[in-house]
Amino acid sequence: MTTDTSRTARKRIHLAAHFPGVNSTTVWTDPRSKSQIDFSSFEALARTAERGKFDFFFLAEGLRLREHKGLIHDLDVVGRPESLTVLSALAAVTDRLGLAATVNATFNEPYELARRLATLDHLSAGRAAWNVVTSSDAFTGENFRRGGYLDRADRYTRAAEFVATARELWDSWTPPAPGAPYGTPRPFAHSGRQFEIEGEFTVPRSPQGHPVVIQAGDSEEGREFAASAADVIFTRHGTLEAGREFYADTKSRLAKYGRDPDDLKIMPGVTVVLGDSDAEAQERAAGIRRQQVSPQNAILALEQVWGRDLSAYDPDGPLPGIDPDPDSALVQGRVRIGDPLAVAAKWRALSEAKGLSIRQTVIETTARQSFIGTPEGVAESLDTFVRTGAADGFILVPHLTPGGLDDFVDRVVPLLQERGAFRTEYEGATLRSHLGLPAPEWKGSAA
Amino acid sequence: MSATRPPHRPRHNPPHNPPHRPLYLAAEIGGQRSFDAAGYVELARLAERGALDFVTLQDSFARPGPDALAVLSRVAPATERIGLVPTVTTTHTEPFHVSAAVATLDWVSRGRAGWLVDVSTTPAEARLFGRRPAASVPALWQEAGEVAEVAARLWDSWEDDAEIRDTSTGRFIDRGKLHYVDFEGATFTVRGPSIVPRPPQGHPVTVVDATEGHSRETAARHADVVLVRAGRPDEAAAISEKLRSRAADHGRDPGTLRVLAALTIDLGDGERPVEPGLESAPRTTAGDTGPHYRGGPVDLADLITSWHGTGAVDGFHLTPAEPRRDLERLVNGTVALLQHRSLFRTFHPGGTLREHLSLARPANQYAPAGGTS
Repeated sequence: MTTDTSRTARKRIHLAAHFPGVNSTTVWTDPRSKSQIDFSSFEALARTAERGKFDFFFLAEGLRLREHKGLIHDLDVVGRPESLTVLSALAAVTDRLGLAATVNATFNEPYELARRLATLDHLSAGRAAWNVVTSSDAFTGENFRRGGYLDRADRYTRAAEFVATARELWDSWTPPAPGAPYGTPRPFAHSGRQFEIEGEFTVPRSPQGHPVVIQAGDSEEGREFAASAADVIFTRHGTLEAGREFYADTKSRLAKYGRDPDDLKIMPGVTVVLGDSDAEAQERAAGIRRQQVSPQNAILALEQVWGRDLSAYDPDGPLPGIDPDPDSALVQGRVRIGDPLAVAAKWRALSEAKGLSIRQTVIETTARQSFIGTPEGVAESLDTFVRTGAADGFILVPHLTPGGLDDFVDRVVPLLQERGAFRTEYEGATLRSHLGLPAPEWKGSAA
Repeated sequence: MSATRPPHRPRHNPPHNPPHRPLYLAAEIGGQRSFDAAGYVELARLAERGALDFVTLQDSFARPGPDALAVLSRVAPATERIGLVPTVTTTHTEPFHVSAAVATLDWVSRGRAGWLVDVSTTPAEARLFGRRPAASVPALWQEAGEVAEVAARLWDSWEDDAEIRDTSTGRFIDRGKLHYVDFEGATFTVRGPSIVPRPPQGHPVTVVDATEGHSRETAARHADVVLVRAGRPDEAAAISEKLRSRAADHGRDPGTLRVLAALTIDLGDGERPVEPGLESAPRTTAGDTGPHYRGGPVDLADLITSWHGTGAVDGFHLTPAEPRRDLERLVNGTVALLQHRSLFRTFHPGGTLREHLSLARPANQYAPAGGTS
């Protein structure tokens, strides 16, 4: 899929800032690394993103602390606030920036969550977004009333009905009478496989109509769900080729839901490392990778693939001779490695070919860095991704809290703006307007 | 500190350390039927200017209104000292989420959070969730008590010094200082630990309205602040006495319970003389939600002074009948007068809600005795 940019309007890039997560991408050993929990860190990164005219600020979620070998994982950043509450506070210190919360559809109920999201949309004057995630594991379920009640196969069924139900609630008030700020509640009734609810919603239709819906994940069901119901898809596809394939495939699915390809924005999560020269950027990137993969983290990464206790191995020594245990339950609370035997074989081959130690192998295979280069080079690459149909924009994942996007905002954003590839001012007030998304139909309002 | 304060105050009676029992005041800022932030921010700032201990914001799934905890989170960065206490219901919500949200409100407000525990009693509310039928009121308050307990456990599930950032061992936390709570209640279980580190106050302040008889046991066991409704000081004193005695039965120091008289105030009549008898006995009108004061701000100050003087209550939680008008008259009239009489603080000497309420930061139930937590 190619675009003749000389004839069409310049395709604009969308940008989002991901608050550093609780995984090894986030470097806490750096002296510049600040609190992962103080509000000042959230405020600082959100203000940086707004200074850079970003579309939105993004918070991830985890409902159970990760475990490794039956113990709470202690090598990465641990602990974070509850997303919607932090975003409500950030609405006070930002004006235009979209505010996206990851909230699980399995361990929440539509009435309460739709209400909290609509409230955030009101409090932020139209800047709320919801990243819909699902989980089904009994491990996370141990923190909740219902436990791990949902079959893995039913996760997207529930998510789809959840989103549809939320939209019914968001539409349930009447439009306001002339001169009145709000309409009045109308009774709703939803009857489906997952939810059987009725009554009145407590919140009038919010400034965006419906908060922006994001879907994270690249699976077949995830793509289909995004094509049917989401405004943004948060993907992992980092390379140009994989990105184009994913982009074309996902966009092609929208027509059957009566949607336009532009109605779903494809935004891969990416990391950026800058330098004054390519060589300097590469050197910096290697330094960050070493920070991300400490000797202890290297062994842990190895254990996650092998499913075995490998604490006796030397991180600076060779890979283990024994094979992985494919049925291991060593790791809890994170995505499982698909085929451990194949991954192990790949790692061994790499290690032997290049003579790499355990730590070097892990650095080489797991540390993901998408764009490394000069500000000019990175701006060019990002623009190419968007112009050539590999992405509509990017969710930037910094490795430092909260200063990890300062360089990007100071050095890359102005270059994107010069190229005409990124806004120089916010044009609208709502996140929907930043993303160029259509206003959702107000179902029942014509009656 | 007093040397830097204005000179008109008597030297022997600095308002932040009065010789008699301190007076605590709180106000409700709901009732506006507003969904954007501006009105709430304005009222919270007004209450903050009056140096009130905290504002509450009512919430219910049964009537129109925004999510109160989110609103007060939005208010937090726009205020500096005032305590923020949203109603949080425990019947159709997840205890784990409730605990995390209240802890997060404490983080974003830097130690000013509380929560007013409430239950959802109606079949109509149950149908909004479709998960279980409406339970009996005693069962709901029993559950609310369990939610309060698990919330406190989850807040304690991280010791204060669990985060170590030890580069030599590569460990971000000392997992020995994170704890499973393994709570088993009648209707739910929670494994833990919390996803949120221990909040600044250790435990955000738990408030329970003990008007409903079934809520009193939960209040005596779990509340830091209890709201009571009474028509006369001696009635209020009797309720307080029972609450403190029950709290002691649960092994608590009854002196750590703050009992506030809940009163709806209608200051619309300006300085017209108060109705006979109302100085000491606010009248409960039929069909009303509780004691209702109607009169001027000066007489309200006298009423507060006289009730507080008898030792019946530690303070008042005031719900303006007309939100903006009555809160303004409360702060500019009643509170100003109480301050002038040195009965109420003129500024917040502390930074956290617990400090305002003279409540200690609780020890961590999971930390070894004598530890730093």
